[in-house]
This record gives sequence, structure tokens and C-alpha cells, in this order.
Amino acid sequence: MGSNEFANLPYIGQAILRKEDDRFLTGSGQYTDDIDPGRLVHAVFVRSVHAHARIKSINKSAALAAPGVLAVYDGQDVAQDKINGLPCGWLITSTNGEPMKEPPHPILAQGKVRHVGDPVAMVIAHTLEQARNAAELVEVDYEPLPAVVDVRDAKAAGAPSVHDEAPDNHCFKWAIGDKQAVDEAFAKAAHITKLDLINNRLVPNAMEPRAAIGCYNRANDEYTLYVANQNPHVERLLLTAFVMGLPEHKVRVIAPDVGGGFGSKIYLYAEDACVTWAARKLNRNVKWTAQRSESFISDAHGRDHVTHAELAMDSNGKFLALKVHTDANLGAYLSTFSTAIPTILYATLLAGQYTTPQVYVEVDAWFTNTVPVDAYRGAGRPEATYLLERIVSRAAWELGLSQDEIRRRNFITEFPYQTPVALQYDTGDYHQCLEKAMELAEVSSFEERRKATEAKGWLRGIGYSCYIEACGLAPSNIAGALGARAGLFECGEVRVHPTGSVTVFTGSHSHGQGHETTFAQVVAARLGIPVENVDVVHGDTGRVPFGMGTYGSRSISVGGAAIMKAIDKIEAKAKKIAAHLLEASDADIDFANGEFTVRGTDKKIPFAQVALAAYVPHNYPLETLEPGLNETAFYDPTNFTFPAGTYICEVEVNPSTGEVRVDRFTAVDDFGTIINPMIVQGQVHGGLVQGIGQALLENCVYDRESGQLLTGSFMDYAMPRADDAPDFRLGHVCTPCTTNPLGTKGCGEAGAIGSPPAVINAILDALAPLGVKDLDMPATPHRVWQAIQSARN
Amino acid sequence: MRTELTVNGELVSIEAPPNTLLVQALREHLQLTGTHIGCDTAQCGACTIIMNGDAIKSCNILLAQAAGSTITTIEGLASADGTLHPMQQAFKDCHGLQCGFCTPGMVMNAIDIARKHPNASDDEIRTLLEGNLCRCTGYQNIVSAVRQGASQMKV
Repeated sequence: MGSNEFANLPYIGQAILRKEDDRFLTGSGQYTDDIDPGRLVHAVFVRSVHAHARIKSINKSAALAAPGVLAVYDGQDVAQDKINGLPCGWLITSTNGEPMKEPPHPILAQGKVRHVGDPVAMVIAHTLEQARNAAELVEVDYEPLPAVVDVRDAKAAGAPSVHDEAPDNHCFKWAIGDKQAVDEAFAKAAHITKLDLINNRLVPNAMEPRAAIGCYNRANDEYTLYVANQNPHVERLLLTAFVMGLPEHKVRVIAPDVGGGFGSKIYLYAEDACVTWAARKLNRNVKWTAQRSESFISDAHGRDHVTHAELAMDSNGKFLALKVHTDANLGAYLSTFSTAIPTILYATLLAGQYTTPQVYVEVDAWFTNTVPVDAYRGAGRPEATYLLERIVSRAAWELGLSQDEIRRRNFITEFPYQTPVALQYDTGDYHQCLEKAMELAEVSSFEERRKATEAKGWLRGIGYSCYIEACGLAPSNIAGALGARAGLFECGEVRVHPTGSVTVFTGSHSHGQGHETTFAQVVAARLGIPVENVDVVHGDTGRVPFGMGTYGSRSISVGGAAIMKAIDKIEAKAKKIAAHLLEASDADIDFANGEFTVRGTDKKIPFAQVALAAYVPHNYPLETLEPGLNETAFYDPTNFTFPAGTYICEVEVNPSTGEVRVDRFTAVDDFGTIINPMIVQGQVHGGLVQGIGQALLENCVYDRESGQLLTGSFMDYAMPRADDAPDFRLGHVCTPCTTNPLGTKGCGEAGAIGSPPAVINAILDALAPLGVKDLDMPATPHRVWQAIQSARN
Repeated sequence: MRTELTVNGELVSIEAPPNTLLVQALREHLQLTGTHIGCDTAQCGACTIIMNGDAIKSCNILLAQAAGSTITTIEGLASADGTLHPMQQAFKDCHGLQCGFCTPGMVMNAIDIARKHPNASDDEIRTLLEGNLCRCTGYQNIVSAVRQGASQMKV
């Protein structure tokens, strides 16, 4: 079935209320911490209080003697049991041909701690309180070492070494593009715009803290790990094959209801391995739930780039070339996908929506004494978009062009389009997105609003951002060629029951995205059955055949496509059954609206009756066809998908206090086919507020001397609250994706990718009359006020 | 230490150490796991319940302080036949939830807002929601849900 045909089916494009909501609204959700598998004991981690220190000794005796304590394990116990360190899933090769530096990442520190929060020991007791009290009694004798937390310090000569394996803290130097061609283009340029910027470090802060319960059944030597995770099969693969050396079939990973992820729950974490390991050692079920203060120092962080970029243009403002250098902070260890984020998912997006013929990007990645950095909503693409849309806006200001005009002059208009940085965009209509956004944002009346704002003594500015992202991760062969150590396909199983209802088993994982509804709509539409008759199962390696999970806005485009492929098989088989029952030839059977018909006749049979015949095969072609109606498919995408759009932000700034208020925000997105517009809008809203949070509020700050985390709680790290954002104006353009059967592109990250530069560009526009030309995120009142003062002086 | 209180219309008696937080008592002693713990600084509001008619953060109060009180948690809102409370229904209708983790606290606070400020404007609702963090929805649909729920609760 083609994507156009699919888009016209019933249920597609309908705002159906979510099937999962009743359980969440009645307190019946089952998040990991809600689960009690029985025989439960509790783990608490002793974590490093130093950013960098040698462990001279660990004295466990007082803790072991404390009430209720069952065990205290440290790095030596891990080494004794030959538990490996955590692997990195993406190998980046440096420009000199050498593989990236890959120092060990033990699940409990061995010899040294490398960031505040690095786990040193695990205390297990009958009650949580006993474990917490005993953890206080573990005596760790540290020899503190000088620490380095900022990439600009990490790259300096003589900086403290985080790892012996990388004495200069350098993990890799990676590059993409034709440097010589870029240099030649710069030599001919009429104008060059330069920009230095920092993409601020963020803490993902899903509302559910991470949690894990390791369970062990000695009778059959089987493990079950309940874990707040976005990809249970990947978790199992890494845990068994790489860390614990266990056979996969002995380990079941269940990611039950998961309270948000935003990337931070993709990875295999030390705690997950620790509780699984301890479960067998103690023959008990071991639970750990992070306290929020623990999340801040143990969940992978996001962003943290320092970048210099230059854009070369001709005299008409046509982009000739872009060159970029980025220093990326990887933290103390390589988290699961950390190395792919500032490279493959970042630099390849730097053509943006523009025809820039030459792009050259160089990335140096560094170890520091901070929590590992990995994917956070958008993962590389927000960093790319922020850089590109900031420099394009600056170029417009420098050339005296309007913000829309400079973009119009450079938009890609012909598809497919091969960028100079590896990607091939299949479809898009950037002019239409821009036009629609300008109309929805009422740009034509902006000057009136600006005057009204000025009348009250404030300033008003308008900012643009035209983003593109690569989603639907990913064609496995391309990912493999780029260093991925895993495939990136998806799996779906469609189980038709005897009475025609359906259970779908998907390798995608929903942690807020509403797959139980969206995927049910896809199946109901495709099979012509009521959506109530379709249930979706996810998040359990014991029930779902396989899966690569949910991240990178891949679920509908890759997971949905796998389900569509399984339904193709269901349809093909069901047609044969129908042909037998209708006494016709297979080739003459049509299937539409839930009915099989014999072409050119009025003979028909409903889907449910065919399903029944498959399971009660009395009148059935048993000699040529197996009974049953249950099909599994694996789908490996042939290309990324390319959601794109235009965001326009209007801010008001109080010049005497630096306070910024987002007054209007318009987002026009092209997500291709939309299955459930209500869910899609919800995804955009959430992403926008995370992006506005990055632009105005959120900043993860380490003390540059001591390496202590200064923003370690919700008291210090400003999360966006309900009164920090306006109502959004949303619009859509639809150019269906041409490389998957649904025409979908993915919508989960767009908001967080497109919004930060729109906000900052708006503030810079507002402050332009005061001479402010630059501002880093987050644009807190203090920073904005300082920028105003420095411009005045 | 024994504490008696009324939870979701039922008189309960809980034997727990004196340092037990109300949220622990609800989750661990009464197995009412719908009330969630999202932080350790009383900032996120995931643990919001209604005690004696006021929305409070149950992580920030001892069980002992709740002696003799009347408490409603998220589990106590829907009718016995499963019919959702108007505020629960409003959250569903408005897509005011995604991952569901902040939702119980959000709904309990929303009911408090609706009772005390039945005609609150959207801006006022946003201010009144300040004590509850949501990382998924961007709040806009929660504001709509509070508005719809408040209007339905008047009927």
C-alpha cells in the first residue's frame, strides 16, 4: 500500500483519545518503582563526592555490621566476578585513521573516581532506610586530584588527565566535508559572517527518576530486570553480551510504564547491571530507585558544545560555504551513544534547509570530570540547528536583509537533494513552511506590536528558525559504515486472534508518546477493524520478539513501518484463506474496509470470519497453507526521514531588568503524514517548552575549579513551569516521506530542535537597538541585563 | 507508631516508624502507588494529594502529621463503576498527559484549583500550576484541561 493510499484510510489523521490514559489518570500505571516482585531488598549507591580522586581504600566493615545489611559491593567485587565495563555503541574513527579512545567504564569505580556521582559501592539491605543508613557508614578514603569540567580547560596543555588511556583528554578528532573546497569558496566570498557560541549543558530530567529491579530465579537460572528504559532489547543485548557474559535467553528485560525518557533512558547504566548482578549473588530481588539529587549526578546529560563557525556568502547573500569547529564535552566516560551525537547526528545536519554547496565540520571530543554526555531530545540536531539558525540570522543582520529573505534566497527547492554532508533529503517544502508560519505569526502586524511594547518601556523582537532534522534512525548499513555497533531496524508482530481482534507486539517503546493509540490506529486503519479491537504491547523482551526501541523520532517511521510490513503478510495469507472460502482464485481477491471481495462479483467475507477460519481450519486449504494468522516483520529503513519546519518567536524584554517573556510562538512543521494530530501537537508543545527551557532557563553548571555540580536539584536547575511559556500557534505542511509506507517523518524532537535559536534570535532582535549582538543560552535576566550593560559601555 | 486517618473514604490504621513520610505511607503501606515521587526537594508536585480539602505535597509532611485527617489520592477520584472524575476526563479529553508520571499530582492540584478558583483565567491557572512540574506536555493542554475540568465540576 502506498503512503498516499494509507493517508486516506479511516482513523488516519483522527484525534482519537488515548487508550493508555485511563490507567495513568486513575493511578493504575505501573512504573518500575511501583512494582513489588516479592523477596525484595533495596540497593543504595555510595557515590563519589569528588570530581576526580584516587581511591586509597574502602572500609565496608561498619556498613556490613549495620542493621538489615545483606551486602556491600565495590569495584573489587565487580572485578573478581569478571563483570565487564559498560560498552559504547558507536565507534568513531579519527581523521588520522585511529579509533576513538575508549577507556574502561566500570560499573563500580576501580582505583579512581572521575566525576561527582561516580558509583563507588552498592549497599543492599532489607529496607531502603537501612540501606541508606548503612551507605553513610561506608568509609572511602580518597586522594583528591585536580579536576577538569569545561572542554576549554580539558584541551589546554597540562590539563589534568581524566584517563590514562587519553592523557590529553582527547577522545577523537572527526571531520566531514571537503575542506579544500570550503577554503576555496571562502577565498571568493563577498561577505563572511563569524560566530562563536556555546550550546549549554542540560539535564534531561524526565519526571520519573530512573529505577531498576534485578530479579533472579535460581530454579531455572533466569533473570528479570525491570527498568525505566526506552529500549529493553538493546538494554538486554548490552547487559548480557557485553557486560555480564550471560546468554540472552536467560534474561528478560521489562520496561513497564516509563515516566518520560527524552534520551536519558536509552542507555545501559551501571545501576542496571549492578542490581542484576547482585540479584543472583544474593538470590533476592534487588530494587534501586534514584532520588532526584542522584539523577542529576548519574543520568547522562545533554549538549555541551563550544563552537566557532564561519559562513561565506556572495554579494546576494547566497551561501557559498560553511565551516565549523566544535569542541564537544563527552563527560568522564563514553555513554552508550555518546560519540554519535556530536558527529553523525550533528555535523550531517549543517546543510540545514539551504543549498550551501560546501560544508566542512571538524569535531574534537574531550573527556572531562563530569557526568557522561549523551543524547537528549534532538541529540546533535538541536546543536546543529542552533548554530546554523544563529549564524544565518546574524548574516541577515550584517547584510541588511530581512530574516525571511535571506532564508528564501538559500532554500533547497528540488528533491531529492544531496547535501555536501552525506544526507539525501527525500522531500520537503521549505518555502511553504515559512509562508505559513509568517501568516500564522501575523508577521505583517509585528511593527504595531513592537510599538505597543515600546510604549510600555519594554522591547519586542522577532526571531526565526528554519530547522531540519534527520529522524527514523536508521538504515543499518549506513549506520554501520558510520561506526554503529548495532542495527537500527525495528520489529513488529501482528497477532490476529480467532475472533478478529488483534494484539500488536512492537519493538518501539512508549514512554509518553502514545504508541498504544497511534499504532492501534495504524492497524485498525489497515485492517478495516474498530480501533477498540487492537491492543499494543511493548517494553518486554519476554513478549516482543525483538526491538531497537524509541529515540530519534523513529517509532512511527520505523516501528510503524515494521507493523505495516507484518500486516502485508497477514493480508497476503488472509487473501488465500478468503479465496478458498469464497471459492475464487487468490489473484481475484481484493481487501478493503475490513472485507475480502471477489473482484467483479458481490461475493465477500469479513476479516473476522477469515481469522476464525485460520484458527478453526475445518474448511481450509491445509495442504498448501498453515493454520493461524500471526506474522512478524523486521523493517530496515532505506533512508532517514527529514521533518522540517519554520518557527517564529516573539519576545518582550524588560531593558531595566533583563527579564524576557515569550509572548508568541508559532511552529509550522512538516511531519509528512500525521496519524493522530492531537498526539502530534502534544509532542510539539512538549518539545517547544524544552527548547524554550534551554534558551531561557536551563543550565547545568559545574564549578570550574572544584568540579562540583552547582545545579544539582530543582532548587538550582530551572525547569520550565506552566507560567514560563505562552499558548502556541501550530500549523502543518505535509510532504509525505517517500521512503516508508506510511509517509510519516516523526515528530518527537522537532520542538526542542527548532525553538532555541528562534528564542535567542528574537531576543537579539529586541536588543539590537541597544547594540547587543551576541548572547549565550540560557538568556536569564542576569545575562540579558549584563549584555545590555556591556553594549552600553 | 500507629496513625489513623481516612484515605479515599476508608478509615485506615498504619503502623510505621515516626519518620515515615505521608507519601511513603501511601505508597508502601497502603500500596497506593498512583501518588509518585519525582524529586527530593518538594519542587515537582508529583506527590500532590488532597488533605482536608487542600492540595498538599505528600513528600513534605510526616504521616504522623496526617493523623485524623481525610485524604484523597488519585485512586479515590473515579466512581466505583470506573466513571472518571470530571477533572480526570478533562485531562483525557484535552490530551493533558503524556508519560503520566506527573499526572496524578497534576490532577489533584487541578481539582484544588477548580474548587478554589472556579473562574480562573488561563494566566491564573498557569500561575496556580507553578508547583507541579511536567516535562512532557509543555503545559498548554494541562491549562485547557484545568479550565474544562473546572467548568464541568460546577455542573
